[in-house]
Amino acid sequence: MNQADFKRLSLILLFMPFALWILLLIILPHIGMGVLALREKVGPRVYEFGFGNFIDFAMEPIYWNILFRTGSMSLLVTALALIAGFPIAYYIAKIAGRRSRGALFLVCLIPLWVSDLIRAFGWILLLRETGVVSSTLLWLGLVDAPVEMLYNDITVVIGLVYTVILFMIVPLVSTLDGMDNAMIEAGYNLGGNGWTVLRRIIVPYAMPGIISGCIIVFMLTAGSYLTPILLGGKNSSWFTETIYEQFITRYNWESGAAFGFLLLAFTSFVVWLGLKLSGQTLAGTVARN
Amino acid sequence: MLDQEKNWGMLLGYRLYVLAFFIFLAAPLVAAGTFAFNDSLFPALPWQGFTFDWFFNDTEPKLGMFHDRRLLRGLYYSFIIATAVSGLSVFVGTCNAFLFTRREFPAKNFFYIMMIVPLVIPGVILGISILVFVSSIANGIEESYGIELEFMRPGILLVVLGQFSFITTITTLVIIARLKKFDGAMEEAALNLGASRARVLMTITLPFLRPAMIAAGIVAFLVSFENFNTTLFLVGSESPLTITMFDRMAKVGSTPVLNAVSFFLIVGSGLLALISILIQRDRSSE
Repeated sequence: MNQADFKRLSLILLFMPFALWILLLIILPHIGMGVLALREKVGPRVYEFGFGNFIDFAMEPIYWNILFRTGSMSLLVTALALIAGFPIAYYIAKIAGRRSRGALFLVCLIPLWVSDLIRAFGWILLLRETGVVSSTLLWLGLVDAPVEMLYNDITVVIGLVYTVILFMIVPLVSTLDGMDNAMIEAGYNLGGNGWTVLRRIIVPYAMPGIISGCIIVFMLTAGSYLTPILLGGKNSSWFTETIYEQFITRYNWESGAAFGFLLLAFTSFVVWLGLKLSGQTLAGTVARN
Repeated sequence: MLDQEKNWGMLLGYRLYVLAFFIFLAAPLVAAGTFAFNDSLFPALPWQGFTFDWFFNDTEPKLGMFHDRRLLRGLYYSFIIATAVSGLSVFVGTCNAFLFTRREFPAKNFFYIMMIVPLVIPGVILGISILVFVSSIANGIEESYGIELEFMRPGILLVVLGQFSFITTITTLVIIARLKKFDGAMEEAALNLGASRARVLMTITLPFLRPAMIAAGIVAFLVSFENFNTTLFLVGSESPLTITMFDRMAKVGSTPVLNAVSFFLIVGSGLLALISILIQRDRSSE
């Protein structure tokens, strides 16, 4: 066997696991979901090809509302995570001393590895009517009766920001870390004030990190299930909950697949729009590591 | 240098904000962990005294986590699933890393993007698409041949496949980052000295990649252990720990045994994460 044959054979062998993975677990299942979504139920065990499931969705304002609500709250959560997280990332990367930098970053990373479920559980223990915050307020005499802080939209938004903010901070820290302090100093020396330096130098430099963080955060929020359900209660009207209901409770897979398809289309559209508007690529942001 | 530019008050405000943020970060974890040691039937104040009952006690109503059959079974299934996912995804991730850093082939950029895509698909969608796909194959086989394939119904295999489908992207990225730092001259030197390709791979390249492979394996294990969204749709009767805990949490009147499990998981995953970070850091500074 000569060298060229060997190279080709080994390339094929290396390509096989990748091809099987992407084809069998990503491409074909998504095509299958699309096909199922286009199957209309016209009678018991009788199906027709058509857009019925999507028309059902379009005709029902409740579903529209839930999708719109999920989308707008996810954008809000993304924006809040960026605004709250950027100063933290900047502090870790640029202001903290050499020693404390590593320690702070580590403290940020560890909660990232603790399950969403436990973090949501922690919030429940803090915020519910018999929870820590309510009892403390009662004990301090600031309120007369126990306060229920769960099951409202503000709590859901805070809980979601909490769940995803580290996915914003980590890419920001690694981007800002690579920035030369001389660039910031040059900005000041040329007469810029703090705001101009931030807007004209730091933010443009950090753009790949910002976009990467925003994409992951938005996707995680729109696709989250635990936090809205546990902190928002049964009526939190989150889109993934609707999908779950169609699939598991009503056993209506056709319409569940259509809903899943819509969620995927919606999040992909927002991710695509974000990349286009910022002039970044998927490989240049999310995979930057 | 930078500090001088800002005035003192602003910097103090900034520091306070950072401090407040870290308190915000820790508060729910502290709450979830601390009540594991409260000698009360409810995970709530007031504090009734310190106890280990929620870990070790073997009688109702204070059944500790190490005597709770259902929780232990959940832990066991989670462990099996996470081990399988971690092994598989590190293997495929290593192949992918060699494929994308060492080889040139047509449409490489397109395939690279395909490799990243699973990370930006919501986990719920991955779960239902795999459920739909595998179930339709199983139904097809059942209708045509009358054979019922139990392993293609929701259960451990489907959970492993579902988690593997996106965790492999993570392991691939971790291993690629390491392989890119590899100095090709080391391999050439070994080849010039007469070593075979297989031997170079086993004695030089793979040992160089080992820290990244271990770190990727730990990360895969943790992500799998904690996954909920994808697992939710693929789970059969063998519920992993997160699903078991969620079912209990949704019920009212959960006892602090859930806090004991939380404490156990916080400490466990914190330690594993720390190990994976240290492994990567030590070697890269050499």
